[in-house]
Amino acid sequence: MSAQFMPQFMQYLLSGLTVGAIYALVALGFSIIFNASHVINFAQGEFVMIGGMATVSLSAAEVPLGLAIPLAVAAVVLVGLALEKFAVEPARGASVITLIIITIGASIFLRGLATLVWDKQLHVLKAFSGDAPIAVAGATLLPQSLWVFGITLAIVLALSWFFGRTLLGKAMLATSHNRLAAQLVGINVRHVLLLSYGMSAALGAIAGILIAPISFTTYDVGVMLGLKGFAAAILGGLGSGVGAVVGGIVLGVAESMSAGYVSSAYKDAIALVITLAVLFFMPSGLFGKRGGERV
Amino acid sequence: MMSTLARYGITRGLAATTAVFLACAGAAFAQGQGPIKIGSVLSITGAASFLGDPEAKTIEFYVEKINAAGGVLGRKLQLITYDDGSDAEKARTFSKRLIEQDKVDVLLGGSSTGTSMPVMPLAAEAQIPFISFGGAVGIIEPVQKWVFKTPHTDRMACEKIFVDMQSRKLTRLALISGAGGFDKSMRTECLNVAKKSGVEVIADENYGAGDTDMTAQLTKIKNTAGVQAVLNAGFGPGPAIVTRNFRQLGMTVPLYQSHGVGSKEFIKLAGAAAEGVRLPAAALLVAKDLPAKDPQRAVVVNYTREYEAKFKSEVSTFGGHAYDGLMLVVGALKSAKSSDKAKVRDALENTKGYMGTGGVVNMSPTDHLGLDLSAFRMLEVKGGNWTLVK
Repeated sequence: MSAQFMPQFMQYLLSGLTVGAIYALVALGFSIIFNASHVINFAQGEFVMIGGMATVSLSAAEVPLGLAIPLAVAAVVLVGLALEKFAVEPARGASVITLIIITIGASIFLRGLATLVWDKQLHVLKAFSGDAPIAVAGATLLPQSLWVFGITLAIVLALSWFFGRTLLGKAMLATSHNRLAAQLVGINVRHVLLLSYGMSAALGAIAGILIAPISFTTYDVGVMLGLKGFAAAILGGLGSGVGAVVGGIVLGVAESMSAGYVSSAYKDAIALVITLAVLFFMPSGLFGKRGGERV
Repeated sequence: MMSTLARYGITRGLAATTAVFLACAGAAFAQGQGPIKIGSVLSITGAASFLGDPEAKTIEFYVEKINAAGGVLGRKLQLITYDDGSDAEKARTFSKRLIEQDKVDVLLGGSSTGTSMPVMPLAAEAQIPFISFGGAVGIIEPVQKWVFKTPHTDRMACEKIFVDMQSRKLTRLALISGAGGFDKSMRTECLNVAKKSGVEVIADENYGAGDTDMTAQLTKIKNTAGVQAVLNAGFGPGPAIVTRNFRQLGMTVPLYQSHGVGSKEFIKLAGAAAEGVRLPAAALLVAKDLPAKDPQRAVVVNYTREYEAKFKSEVSTFGGHAYDGLMLVVGALKSAKSSDKAKVRDALENTKGYMGTGGVVNMSPTDHLGLDLSAFRMLEVKGGNWTLVK
């Protein structure tokens, strides 16, 4: 037992971190749009799916990965902007619930469209740098996991710089805190909203591309990843960047640990129980704003 | 009075004669020109589309081909297909429509166990022959009068794998299965027949639908003392991820998959990790490797050639199940010399020696599948291709 303990623990941890980093990226996408509009964008999972599928079909057309990835991300950003421009913006002034229902409709539409543009088959993307497992303290890690860690870290750093150091980022934060006040000091909140959809789409696309070599991609891959990312965002506190990242990692590691130490049958249940417990006992999540602040 | 009666009698006689004439003409019409209606509800889209898509293509293609050659009993076949979107409730609704509105003569399909189950009571009630393409043993056991199926059962897959394990002197098995209906059914069947086959199941892990990483479950199996082989019951992306994670963890015991991964897609997804994986499957997957004297060779080579030429994609065993279903119906129509539902059913039940893509079918009143273990071949992935285990 004790001789096996460390390598086994490391394996669960590394697996959990890989999946958790993806959840974190999806959760960040939820948070950015939530901040800008208090809308939960249920098409976030579809951004993930289109990112992965577009990269797969580009690389099948012999486009090198270094070019296919930026192209796919750009395509998904366009989809995100179009979603805001043609579905969300025309309904501005509608209640948040209406807007959420619009995003649900958009997600169903995008999934259907994907079955027409591509197909219903599973696809696999070639790993960025090979499939040879790397040994770490008795556990094994795929090189792709390092890409997942590295890129997620880079994105988190870039986002914190953007929101902390740039005028545009600060304008977005200001809008999330108080939309009317932001408008009064001259922030174009419509641009902020458009930008938030674009950024969320990019984050989703990157998550979808990073995970495609590990877990395959297909037209409905976004449903489950979207759900888990949403759970992570709730856990960390909707709207909080740090919360999204921590929520994602905690969720991923908790799933992996419970599959390993308790029973794989309860793995998904444990993720749900954590989410429910958070909703009951600390409704604003680990890092979310307390409700009182928003009065 | 008398004359009235006589006149009445004559009128009646005339009416009766006319009716008889009309009935005869009607029967002749039905026998001569009216098409035989085949109704099919398949999962062409949705989660089980990898089953329904090749099935629908196969049935449509061969119905056209049969019609081009003059049909069956001098009548054309008319195919009516609905897509249930892998939804059991829709499968039930569409089957009802096929029976009541389209008035079909026979039902084909139900791509999966889940979409076949709700159709079974409808077929029984309407007294219409129903051939399912679902995998689980529960479709034909207990035997229902109007229900037949073409794919090998999950229990046979377990037995075939256990026979192979015994021949390699492996007795301690770790199971890992998914959350789908087939996955669960196969897990139960394997647990049931394990003891009888001298196999001990010492680990039993599972994973959820849509899971993207199974290293935790496999690490647990890896650290279970004495595991000599791993069996993964499931279909869809799960088995391919399990296979990749299995190699990532550097596990070296033999890995068995079920016949649920019987398409080239599995090898494509799992990539190099699929090397050495064994699974029981129909001979269809290794058509070209069958020895020339193998009685099944002609039918599987033909089907493979025709399907691949027409659809430019590789055959899967799933399309083969649909091919067998259609050919069984055609055979039954011919031997019943009628499209009468009860006669076709009786003929189906008396099918003997039909050589299909799944194996030799010998039906009986107690066996509505008609395949035995010899219909399964043990395959191994070598060099990115299926090969026959000698």
